[in-house]
Amino acid sequence: MEQMVYIVSVVFTCLALLIIPVIIITRRLSVHLSFKNILRFIKLVASQLDDEEENNEKSGTIGEEDKRRRLPKHVAIILDGNRRWAEKRGLGTSEGHHAGARRLIENAKDCFAMGINTVSLFAFSTENWARPEDEVNGLMALFEKHLRSEMAFFRSDKIKISVIGNRTKISQSLLGLITEAEEATKNYEEKHLIIAIDYSGRFDILQACKSLAEKAKNGLIQVEDIDEDVMEKELMTNCSEFPNPDLLIRTSGEQRISNFFLWQSAYTELYFPNVLWPDFGEAEYLEALTWYQQRQRRFGLRV
Amino acid sequence: MGGEVRQLLEQIHRFSRRCLFRVLSMGPLPTHLAFIMDGNRRYAKKRGLEDGSGHKAGFSTLMSMLQYCYELGIKYVTIYAFSIDNFRRKPEEVQSLMDLMLEKIKSLLDKESIVHEYGIRVYFIGNLGLLNDQVRAAAEEVMKATAKNSRVVLLVCVAYNSTDEIVQAVKRSCVDKADRDTERIQLVDIEENMQMSVAPEPDILIRSSGETRLSNFLLWQTGNSQLFSLDALWPEIGLRHLVWAILNFQRSHSYLEKRKKQL
Repeated sequence: MEQMVYIVSVVFTCLALLIIPVIIITRRLSVHLSFKNILRFIKLVASQLDDEEENNEKSGTIGEEDKRRRLPKHVAIILDGNRRWAEKRGLGTSEGHHAGARRLIENAKDCFAMGINTVSLFAFSTENWARPEDEVNGLMALFEKHLRSEMAFFRSDKIKISVIGNRTKISQSLLGLITEAEEATKNYEEKHLIIAIDYSGRFDILQACKSLAEKAKNGLIQVEDIDEDVMEKELMTNCSEFPNPDLLIRTSGEQRISNFFLWQSAYTELYFPNVLWPDFGEAEYLEALTWYQQRQRRFGLRV
Repeated sequence: MGGEVRQLLEQIHRFSRRCLFRVLSMGPLPTHLAFIMDGNRRYAKKRGLEDGSGHKAGFSTLMSMLQYCYELGIKYVTIYAFSIDNFRRKPEEVQSLMDLMLEKIKSLLDKESIVHEYGIRVYFIGNLGLLNDQVRAAAEEVMKATAKNSRVVLLVCVAYNSTDEIVQAVKRSCVDKADRDTERIQLVDIEENMQMSVAPEPDILIRSSGETRLSNFLLWQTGNSQLFSLDALWPEIGLRHLVWAILNFQRSHSYLEKRKKQL
């Protein structure tokens, strides 16, 4: 009888020791309780601890070098989910976009702090012009506001700003700010923030084609000499040292590229987390990088 | 006795599949499915077989997929058979792949082959000039022989790279508009010159073996396609994966249609 009580109490204690931390973990993360999520959290904390250890070391070791090599040089992000985030909280669409913009600045700072060279953001697609007029105007005002307010930060952190896209439809004031930002930061080299406003992958390829056709007409190049390298130099990403993203993140769970980088994502690893953009914080970002580091990239060759 | 049992099981399978497809077709169905058939070599390694048998198993999976697509009424199927990048593999491997392709392409010309049974029209898309003469000749023969079929369209991408396809289209557009105003080149001009213009854009792109990249496949055409990455290796892909992909497609279809109407 005593033995039974003993065994039962041991079993219950073990179960409690397992279940209570699990409940705390899932409460903290406010995610669905599942084995996969628990593993993910453990991996995340482990990689965060690794990063902390690295930062604490004074000199670079082989481990750090190796990890740095396996970080993506160019990360592209499709910022999806602002409106759904606002809807979930009973807020208006513009609040969603405001939260998204704040998250954008924070994440850009995190990216560069981790040693990523180039970050591209799909801020406004050519297809977005079809949205309601006040939303579009709100977005344009948001871009102006943030370009203005973050100029000091871009200068102090030496971040080169490039805006790619069709410039003919955006307002003069925004255009002026963009030109100013690009001029002021054009000589910085190590960090590059590319913002895609009124951009579409097909439009990019089309303008490259027009430019090449013009050059061919004027005798600057022969049509037979047009190849992939020539094309790449005509695309709007020619402003960057690393035009092709290594990692493309699209938030909110939609598994589509929606006409962002088409040519440039030929070999890009695509990551589709379920989280909405305003909720995509440092933890989720670290998870994306951990995921990227585990990919085997072969580029068509044998393993 | 064994043969009869097998036939009976086959009938039951076919019947239950028909019921399942009837249920699926209550919702919207994709018009164009694209597959990246990745994982044949890993499959062979996993089973301890020799290299070539992975590709053979992959081919029979492809035939089953085509059958399901035909039964579901999906009109266009595109497959990524061989990339221009794959030419950089070891010469022996490239040669054995070419031999296998030649054998399978020739088998499509048989009277009993699936292409005639299901009325499949076959296109070979890619830089066919990079293939050896025999394979190219066989491919052209199949294209000619199936030109009259119209039930299902199968697009086989061989010696294909999407960037290569785009460059060829750009070159052709430049030549076409050489005498006219180059400013008037529009998206439709490039699109018309794409080899894949014979089919609409894919609704779904499925990649097997767990990799999550496009590997230079249909970059222009998949701007709005749903991308699915399945962990199973290509020879392990079966009906359940196809059904799962279609169910997911149906789930987000109404949202996507609403967005398309806004354009």
